[in-house]
Amino acid sequence: MELISPSELAKEKIHAVQEYSLLAGRSIGNLFSHPRYMADTLQQADVIGVGSLSIVVLTGFFTGAVLALQTSQTLQQFGSLSLTGQVVSLSMVRELGPVLTGLMVAGRNASGMASELGSMRVTEQIDAMRALGTDPTKKLVTPRVVATIVMLFFLTIISDLLGIGGGFMVASLVLNLDANQYWTTAYQSLEFKDVLMGLTKPVFFGFVIATVGCYYGLTARGGTQGVGRATTQAVVASSVLILMVNFFVTKLLIAWFT
Amino acid sequence: MSTTLSPPHSAGAPAAEQRGATILFEDVAIEFEEKMVLDGVSFRLPRGETKCLLGIAGAGKTTILKLVLGLIKPDRGRITVLGQDVSAMPEEELFELRGRIGMVFQESALFDSLTVEENVAFRLLEERKLSEEEIHGRVVEALRFVELEHTLAMAPSELSGGMRRRVAIARAMVSEPELLLYDSPTGGLDPITSTTIIELIVKQRDVYKTSSLLVSHRLQDGFMMASHYFDTAANEMRPLSQAPRTDVHTTFLVLREGKVIFDGSSRELAASHDEYIREYIA
Repeated sequence: MELISPSELAKEKIHAVQEYSLLAGRSIGNLFSHPRYMADTLQQADVIGVGSLSIVVLTGFFTGAVLALQTSQTLQQFGSLSLTGQVVSLSMVRELGPVLTGLMVAGRNASGMASELGSMRVTEQIDAMRALGTDPTKKLVTPRVVATIVMLFFLTIISDLLGIGGGFMVASLVLNLDANQYWTTAYQSLEFKDVLMGLTKPVFFGFVIATVGCYYGLTARGGTQGVGRATTQAVVASSVLILMVNFFVTKLLIAWFT
Repeated sequence: MSTTLSPPHSAGAPAAEQRGATILFEDVAIEFEEKMVLDGVSFRLPRGETKCLLGIAGAGKTTILKLVLGLIKPDRGRITVLGQDVSAMPEEELFELRGRIGMVFQESALFDSLTVEENVAFRLLEERKLSEEEIHGRVVEALRFVELEHTLAMAPSELSGGMRRRVAIARAMVSEPELLLYDSPTGGLDPITSTTIIELIVKQRDVYKTSSLLVSHRLQDGFMMASHYFDTAANEMRPLSQAPRTDVHTTFLVLREGKVIFDGSSRELAASHDEYIREYIA
């Protein structure tokens, strides 16, 4: 393996950040110029949204269920088992719903985008597209960014609902809590700021997933091995970025609401 | 509805194009990872001429095609294509210019998620100027030119290597470009299929008179192009010795380690005393 000097490595990393920033900026800038690819956006929405539905449903449901199981142990010690619905709904809507949905969609779609665009890159299809007079960022990147943001927003809502539903199943069947009490505490504990916080995050996460996936795909080099590397890097980078962005967005929104 | 592919019309263009050059390279240099790939390359492709770029692997042939398209930028020098300086042109403006150029990639580079028809129609669909019927007619006409009109609904993966190359030629010529670029169109193909591809390129050259730049490491491709013409009546390629024509212009450019070591006709190439060239054409 070839050794690389620290200064060269730093230059490479800074260059990568610069290229990613330019791509991310262009993906948004393209929304304000022609041509716009509506059919491609709808196709991507189907692939990303409908395609991810099953994993999001399962993830949301079982997260809510296990959350109810775990918190009930603690709540029981304080005689507050009736608050299970509140804990589940707040946790799901504010944090777990958006983050887990983001991570699941990143695992499925950032890898898909990186491998698809990476294959196109190494087989010269991206160059062919440019040679045919079409901007790949308009045709390939922007539709994926828009579709991921929109679909992640709705997938998060589904995940939140299924999570609260999963919590209810445990509360009702295992903890023998009253259904009415569970839903009342779950609903009444939610404030506008909680919902807003939970639904703001998917917008950022969707942007991160699509731009990171597309960036690694469009910069893939070195044949099939390079495509495999790009796919792995896309999943790792988008997952870590989701957790980092989650922290900063949460901090920002908490500061805004207080 | 007209589905005939007519020869391209030139838009009003200044400088190099007015002087009759479709492509003009002036002292062009580019390096990748501290390796000089092209060093002071200068040449001119006159309108209606076909130039065959020869050289061993790594000589910088494909780099020249990518520079012509503006897919990469030179470190030094000036490149004028169809009257426009592509070395200083932003990407957004290049997309418009690329609409006037057709390119056949080394491995065809067909979009594997699209059918043959969608591949050939890609540029016309993107331009959004023609109706669906007109586009279909143009696609069928282009595929008929390469004798593959029966493959419309097929996926690229269902085609052989030679067929893919022919579809790539149809895709490049469907928009009636003013300049055609071929990147090793016969690379990796058997001799019979290679001759079919060269026949198509000669047909394109002699029927539509499109300026073209052809990259090859196979000398016989260039010599076959220089020594044959396309007989439209017989619909086949014939040796120029049978019917000498003055409107067939094929010249050669030989690259060695990023430098131009020869630029001239097939006769001049055959008569060259340069040791490297003698060895190359032997």
